[in-house]
Amino acid sequence: MRWALSRKRGAPDGLWMKCPSCEAMVYRKVVEEGLHTCPECQFHFRISAAERVDHLLDADSFEPLFEELESIDPLGFKGKKSYKEKLKKAQEATGHREAALFGTGKIAGKQVVFGIIDPNFIMGSMGSVVGEKIARGAEHAYDHKLPLIIVSGSGGGARMEEGILSLFQMAKTSAAIKRLQDAGGIYIAVLTNATMGGSMASWAALGDITIAEPQALLGFAGPRVISQTVRQELPPGFQTSEFLVEHGFLDQICHRKELRQRLVSMLRYTCADMPVAEKPQQKRHTAKIAKTNKVQAGT
Amino acid sequence: MSGVDRLNVPEFERPIVELEMKIEGMRMDLATAIGERKASIETDISEFEKDLKKLMESVFGNLDPWDRVQLSRHPNRPLVTDYINVLIDDFQELKGDRAYKDDAAIVCGFGTFEGNKVMVMGHRKGRTLKERLECNFGCAHPEGYRKALRKMKLAEKLNLPIISFINTPGAYPGIEAEERGQSQAIAENIREMSGLRVPIITLTIGEGGSGGALGIGVGDRYLIMENAYYSVISPEGCAAILWHDAKKASDAARVLRLTPNDLIELGIMDEIVPEPFGGAHRDPRKAYEFVRQYLLKHLAELMAIPVEQLMDQRYKKLRGMGKYIEVAA
Ligand SMILES: [Zn+2]
Repeated sequence: MRWALSRKRGAPDGLWMKCPSCEAMVYRKVVEEGLHTCPECQFHFRISAAERVDHLLDADSFEPLFEELESIDPLGFKGKKSYKEKLKKAQEATGHREAALFGTGKIAGKQVVFGIIDPNFIMGSMGSVVGEKIARGAEHAYDHKLPLIIVSGSGGGARMEEGILSLFQMAKTSAAIKRLQDAGGIYIAVLTNATMGGSMASWAALGDITIAEPQALLGFAGPRVISQTVRQELPPGFQTSEFLVEHGFLDQICHRKELRQRLVSMLRYTCADMPVAEKPQQKRHTAKIAKTNKVQAGT
Repeated sequence: MSGVDRLNVPEFERPIVELEMKIEGMRMDLATAIGERKASIETDISEFEKDLKKLMESVFGNLDPWDRVQLSRHPNRPLVTDYINVLIDDFQELKGDRAYKDDAAIVCGFGTFEGNKVMVMGHRKGRTLKERLECNFGCAHPEGYRKALRKMKLAEKLNLPIISFINTPGAYPGIEAEERGQSQAIAENIREMSGLRVPIITLTIGEGGSGGALGIGVGDRYLIMENAYYSVISPEGCAAILWHDAKKASDAARVLRLTPNDLIELGIMDEIVPEPFGGAHRDPRKAYEFVRQYLLKHLAELMAIPVEQLMDQRYKKLRGMGKYIEVAA
């Protein structure tokens, strides 16, 4: 079995599909052309790690790293299902060995360390392997002086089934990111639906630049826990990307269709070896018009 | 302890307290008794004391994980403020995050520990209802973590070792806490603590509640008291997820492997600080003495390590956390 870039997808085939957010019937092809977003309400569908690679990296540039890491059941965890069963099921469903997929790849020719936390694998929760891959990813970026980009989809936060080991992955990943950042390295965090708990309270919050997809659920405590604790209804839009950007915790919200181009721009400003942006033809034209208008306004 | 409901203890401890109260009552009777009655009461007391000893051994000698969680939350258990009062001289509290407000759920300040100038911090739970409300039952808001970070940076500048007392059910899950960036505050504390260039000792004295604990809990030594716990999720929260029943917390406490012995076995904690038999609350003076000895030992060791080596060791310890296998890709 090739783990690295499985193309498994959950969605059934069919010409039309229902948007789970606005419930509109939408043409599947249009959704796919929009990189799995709803043309009506812009809802961003959950996508696989392989699709992320396709969307964001230069074609065929991705080289997986650390694929040899595999989870064990360090606590002998016995819930309703055993942790081992849960892992096996997630592996079968996603075709990946774990929730984190890391590697090197190129964006507009610029070599980067690229990581994805796949929300389809036990809610993208962070156990020892996910933590180890993030830490190794940061170290690889440090060793090779490459920017680090992590696309999070870690609604599960720290993975309960690995107990205290999961919790301390927060410290392990943050320490590795600090080392990279202290040495002048760049870490761009791309937050996607959902990123919560122990993930949001460590590596996901530590980007030099933080960009989120629209309408993603991002926060520390789960909304249900909060509403039970404070015994009141949560305000509309609470813990969404829009809420976070308003409160100052994100640099930008970016539609998936524009994400690759946005990363190219961010890499330009953060990497000295990236060429400056060329002035587009159209802009020169509008600048001239604006000048003309100004003159006219003055007369 | 006047004004304290002595029977407000975990269920498993109640028969012990009842017996103790009975013996105390008999002692009072004894004070006024004479002759045969006195002799008979004396015999009774010695019988009851034997029973008490047996009972204590059977209860406290067989604590399961859930019992320990309950002891860690015991209403009479010594708190960070008690340890500061007893062990720290010339404590100078340093309040405020200089951005929003002072969060009473975390206490910080300069102090002198056995002749060493240090920065002390810890989660503050409060004893009386008024105190407990003031410090939100030990559940800090982002400003609490930001205050702690500010004082830690000051400690770094002044080359003062940091002693952090952990005791929280978790960071506060509230609307305002999210608005002010609970996850951002915790993440930044964790990151910065991993690189602060002074020795850091963390001692879990009660509850090590998830990210809220870790927010002031990264360091060079991870110590935990015998009846404390540290967990990724509260046993109640875990039970609610697994079995949709928070009352199954005792089962959850078992599966989470959250006791000091488990945490050492899993390679996270470094050493267990012993407690007096039955828990720190049964003989606080003994508990303070144990804590004094262990903190002093670790502080002395850490202060002798050159800072570059200290940083290296801290990083290596963190990097080694986690269990997995490496198989052919
Ligand atoms: Zn829609």
